[in-house]
Amino acid sequence: MLPLSSTLELSQAANLGLAVLLGFGFGFALERAGFGSARKLTAVFYFYDMAVVKVMFSAIVTAMAGLFLLSTAGVLDLAELYVEPTSYAGAIVGGLVFGVGFLVGGYCPGTSVAACATGRLDGFAFLAGMLGGVYLFAELLSGVDAWVRESAVGEITLPALTGLSMGWYVLLFIGILVAAGLAMRAAERRFAGLRPPG
Amino acid sequence: MNATTPAPNRPPAPPGTSAQPYWNPYAVGALLGLVLLASYLVAGRGLGATGAFSSVAAWIANAISPEHALANPVHARYLASGSPLTAWLVFLLIGAFAGAALSGWLAGRTRLTIEKGPRLSGGQRLATAAGGGMVAGIGAKIAMGCTSGQALSGGSMLNVGSLVFMGSVFAAAYAAAWILRKEWL
Repeated sequence: MLPLSSTLELSQAANLGLAVLLGFGFGFALERAGFGSARKLTAVFYFYDMAVVKVMFSAIVTAMAGLFLLSTAGVLDLAELYVEPTSYAGAIVGGLVFGVGFLVGGYCPGTSVAACATGRLDGFAFLAGMLGGVYLFAELLSGVDAWVRESAVGEITLPALTGLSMGWYVLLFIGILVAAGLAMRAAERRFAGLRPPG
Repeated sequence: MNATTPAPNRPPAPPGTSAQPYWNPYAVGALLGLVLLASYLVAGRGLGATGAFSSVAAWIANAISPEHALANPVHARYLASGSPLTAWLVFLLIGAFAGAALSGWLAGRTRLTIEKGPRLSGGQRLATAAGGGMVAGIGAKIAMGCTSGQALSGGSMLNVGSLVFMGSVFAAAYAAAWILRKEWL
């Protein structure tokens, strides 16, 4: 029965080795997508290159379909998987702040690591800023942390909230991906002129 | 004729010369989705990045003053599970660095450079990167996760908070992109 972590007690060394291995695939995929470049990442916000949405959306749909199929086949227990508890206030306020930081900084935390790994100096600057922000949050905003955690309403997933099974959402998301793919192709043509030179 | 056209299946270009094109975004997305799925299947959790930064911040605070770090509720949470340098997400990001380094090197994309819009100087860009990183760090802490832990990992589990987070991120980033378009265009 999967996940392995629920049935198998791994040694700490094995557990951390696994983390390095998974991280390797994570970083490799991010760099292959072009996400070690801030220009490639921020292009999505000017519509001339929608790779960020294409990659994220197809990754989410792929993982979601896999999780659904394996749990339907009875080999995976979804209840054993860790899900971050939902805080609407935290998700909205944090998301808005994060979105501004993403656009100004040009990276998100994971992609800044891919940028550093390929020699992007602005990636190192983002990484240092990010560490500073997280440190400052702990030192100055621990009240906000407590407030967000108190406002969390537990683990809420769309299937649990709506009573519609995960399989329907997999189909829905595949449909949205196809429609969005066509729309993004049109958008990239329409806004191709916004691509900066060089 | 066409001497510069690369032959199919050519060996990787040496770093610093001609960079290969990126992979098809839908194909890389599927690959990333499989890595995420594998993480769920073996570790029972998705991918993440922000937690690694929190662990390192807690470790720095602990190195400066253990009493102070343990009295701080945010640092203390990351110190409670043992040494931050044995934190799962720190090792995930070490692996991510290695994976991205190999990918970039094989594709001839590795070079010391600054990614910036055409109007900015290198120094200005380093300042916006550091400032934006700081803001993103604070936002990720408020949201209890970032594009990896919330958007990707939570999104694939149809976690409602993660989907709301994703909507907020894109709304704010598109608004900021229009206001600050001189940074990138």
